[in-house]
Amino acid sequence: MTRERLVVIGNGMAGCRAVEEVLKRDPARYDVTIFGAEPQVNYNRIMLSPVLAGEKTFDDIVINDEAWYRDNAITLHAGRAVTAIDLEGRKVVAEGGLEVGYGKLILATGSDPFRLPLPGSDLKGVVTFRDLDDVEAMVEASGKPGARAVVIGGGLLGLEAAYGLARRGMGATVVHLMDVLMERQLDESAGYLLREALAERGVETVLGAHSEEIVGQDGKVAGLKLKDGRVLPCDLLVMAVGIRPNATLAKASGLQANRGIVVDDVMRTSDPAVFAVGECVEHRGNCYGLVAPIWDMCRALAEELTDGEGGYQGSVLSTRLKVSGVDVFSAGKFTGGDGCEDIVFRDAARGVYKRVVIEDGKVAGAVLFGDAVDGGWYFDLMRAGTDVADIRETLIFGQAITEGLSGLDPSAAVAAMPDTQEICGCNGVCKGAITGAITTQGLTSLDDVRAVTKASASCGSCTPLVEQVIRLTLGDGFKAQTGPKPMCKCTHHPHGDARKAIVELELKSMHAVFQTMEWTTPDGCASCRPALNYYLLCAWPGEYADDSQSRYINERVHANIQKDGTYSVVPRMWGGMTTPDELRAIADVADKYDIPAVKVTGGQRIDLLGVQKDDLPAVWADLNKAGMVSGHAYAKGLRTVKTCVGSDWCRFGTQDSTGLGIKLEKFMWGSWAPAKVKLAVSGCPRNCAESTCKDIGVICVDSGYEIHVGGAAGLHIQGTQLLTKVATEDEAIQLISAVMQMYREGGWYLERIYKWLARIGLDTIRAQTVDDLDNRAALFARFVVSQETAQIDPWAERASGRVAAGEFKPMASLTLEMAAE
Amino acid sequence: MTLQVHIDPDWRDVGAVTDIPERGARRVATAQGDVAVFRTGDGQVFALVDRCPHKHGPLSQGIVHGHGVTCPLHSWVIELATGQPTGADAGKGCTPVVPVLVKDGRVLLAQPVMAD
Repeated sequence: MTRERLVVIGNGMAGCRAVEEVLKRDPARYDVTIFGAEPQVNYNRIMLSPVLAGEKTFDDIVINDEAWYRDNAITLHAGRAVTAIDLEGRKVVAEGGLEVGYGKLILATGSDPFRLPLPGSDLKGVVTFRDLDDVEAMVEASGKPGARAVVIGGGLLGLEAAYGLARRGMGATVVHLMDVLMERQLDESAGYLLREALAERGVETVLGAHSEEIVGQDGKVAGLKLKDGRVLPCDLLVMAVGIRPNATLAKASGLQANRGIVVDDVMRTSDPAVFAVGECVEHRGNCYGLVAPIWDMCRALAEELTDGEGGYQGSVLSTRLKVSGVDVFSAGKFTGGDGCEDIVFRDAARGVYKRVVIEDGKVAGAVLFGDAVDGGWYFDLMRAGTDVADIRETLIFGQAITEGLSGLDPSAAVAAMPDTQEICGCNGVCKGAITGAITTQGLTSLDDVRAVTKASASCGSCTPLVEQVIRLTLGDGFKAQTGPKPMCKCTHHPHGDARKAIVELELKSMHAVFQTMEWTTPDGCASCRPALNYYLLCAWPGEYADDSQSRYINERVHANIQKDGTYSVVPRMWGGMTTPDELRAIADVADKYDIPAVKVTGGQRIDLLGVQKDDLPAVWADLNKAGMVSGHAYAKGLRTVKTCVGSDWCRFGTQDSTGLGIKLEKFMWGSWAPAKVKLAVSGCPRNCAESTCKDIGVICVDSGYEIHVGGAAGLHIQGTQLLTKVATEDEAIQLISAVMQMYREGGWYLERIYKWLARIGLDTIRAQTVDDLDNRAALFARFVVSQETAQIDPWAERASGRVAAGEFKPMASLTLEMAAE
Repeated sequence: MTLQVHIDPDWRDVGAVTDIPERGARRVATAQGDVAVFRTGDGQVFALVDRCPHKHGPLSQGIVHGHGVTCPLHSWVIELATGQPTGADAGKGCTPVVPVLVKDGRVLLAQPVMAD
């Protein structure tokens, strides 16, 4: 009997897999002919990355060698592209005029790498990353000593290309348009970790970068120019910005195609004898570039071609990155969404980040970094739509723990654990080690156990488990945990830990803190974010970029929000001094912008109340014109320096208190602090400037200046304590700045100076700023450095329209449009 | 987020997603008052009437974290998807949700319904 002829166009993964699936079901049904444009046998294209990296050879990635074609009596035309399909006559025409008739035809033409139409993209040394020729060109380029590569595209393919080139000894830089690597698969936290992991492996990344032009020299690529003017020199440029389905042949032959070749659920095209599988198809509007859906399609197609049942329903996607030692998994709705909940786990010691998204009691997606062994399990739960309500508590710890504990109440489960069961993954402490330490050393609290065994001493995520073990061992003898309060519900770390880690571990971004300190939320909360933003700003002046979205509204818009959503504006009046011109300008502004209230403040300045947010930049511009700048009346930072008139006018004045106040304010304005800081300088002990209830106060006496600290007159009434007396104005300014810097570096966010003082003690402050003059000088020097980037008038920046322009006007106004209807 | 709606003339284009800062919000002025349009850290867009159920603070001025916003006046935390206060304030009133749709990077807003 003559077999029906099955012709396959495409000798790649999809084409060959389809044939394999058909042969598996009915080996005797078809006489198979395969056309391949590449001259090789079928190889595993996904494994090109390890070949590039030198971790595998081409032979390792061959899926079907020549023997396979021979044994299955398949005719292979390798290196022979099909040029036309005659649907009427049911035959294909290949290069060289070869014509082959078919009973059934499978198109598996795959996809083409997308090339950005940049000037210079035709230069020598510009390649894509798609086939063996590309890999060979890349390997050859990497052979030149000192060669550099730039890869455009921070997706899966681009990163694998860059990693492979770095492994080959090339300096590799990835240029990515978005702010997060693999943004379609990863959230920001995982993206941050990936960036770090790649940097350790010699791959630099430039994010948010727009490519403008490929620069050449003598017809060869020499660098990539970015829109911001930077030029990244390179000898090889890899474009890995995506793929598009190759539907050219199908379109030319008259088959229906949009982005890809349109197929139904049995992979049939618009012609009943023609089928398509793989990256070239468009199924229910979707095109796929990953391997799992292709396997699904091949199965569905094979069923159809062998009279089986089934069909393809589309695929739920998951992704794994193939970079050695970097375990990354992503699937489903990994960023959450409406009605979704996040469960987040971080283990900084192992560089692990896991996020599982739950929707309607089911797993809706997951991102795993550093430990992706449970990726498959989450993916199965997700696809099966399993209700996970009962295993929610332990879900994030993975399959082994969850299934080990299921069906037991927590304390019974812990009691049932063998002594060898690991409780603390960070420090490798098993249950037996904890119970043993408790009984032999008479431990009674979590802190004891932490100190002796290290269990739960790192990330703290096993704390409930450790407490269970202690409770079971001791019964009523267990003392519940006390200790420093965590910053907020996002972390178990207190403020002090965070400050210390930022400096000692050189954490320079919010995401670095979240990961290293194992935050349990994806992006913090309104309580930890402003604190961390300040800590980072204080630790890395000039280096850390202030995150305005982590600022309270008052600091974000440099004005004070009022109960009705309007703002108040307080220009600076140095030392409480003003002039007729300034007052006239203030009066004009109040008139011009219909400002309903003008009030004299307790800090010797003038407050304009009830300003509309949209008017703020214009109000500031007018005040700037009259020489006034922001008074930072909204800041966790230096606010006012209140003064009395001192020796200039007062018959009791001992020193020029006004002059010193102005000098202090001019020197210290703009500095951010853990909480608001108010200063005052009184010219004599009558203390008309009320120095003894300020955060830092000066009382002038005949022989010099008394420096007082730690006063408050708000929620708490607190008199200052005398720190010391100094002889000169310069010394007073240096000492006050040193105290300020010590507070800036050591205070907890929202902790006023008086609370900070109560916590660390006046003696500590005195030892470091009065007794130890070297330390005082060092503190002063750090304050000076920090002021270099702090003293920019935020009002002028915003009045110019160059900074935060979107903040002060609505995104859109539908007022007129809707009113007209 | 996925909203199963058809685009009809009631949807208004109010700008690009990228006009809203990440982990931030913008106001849209309407005849019935401001609408707050939020963009979360994971790139999703939500919209609420710009008014906290507590003392009517402008939610667009709050700090956005996760899928919530903290009101700038008294730190109530409002869930962006539902307009419900969370934590200790749960159940004390609700901010109306404004249907919002993202299409081709543009933010489309339904005509808001203001409830007292």
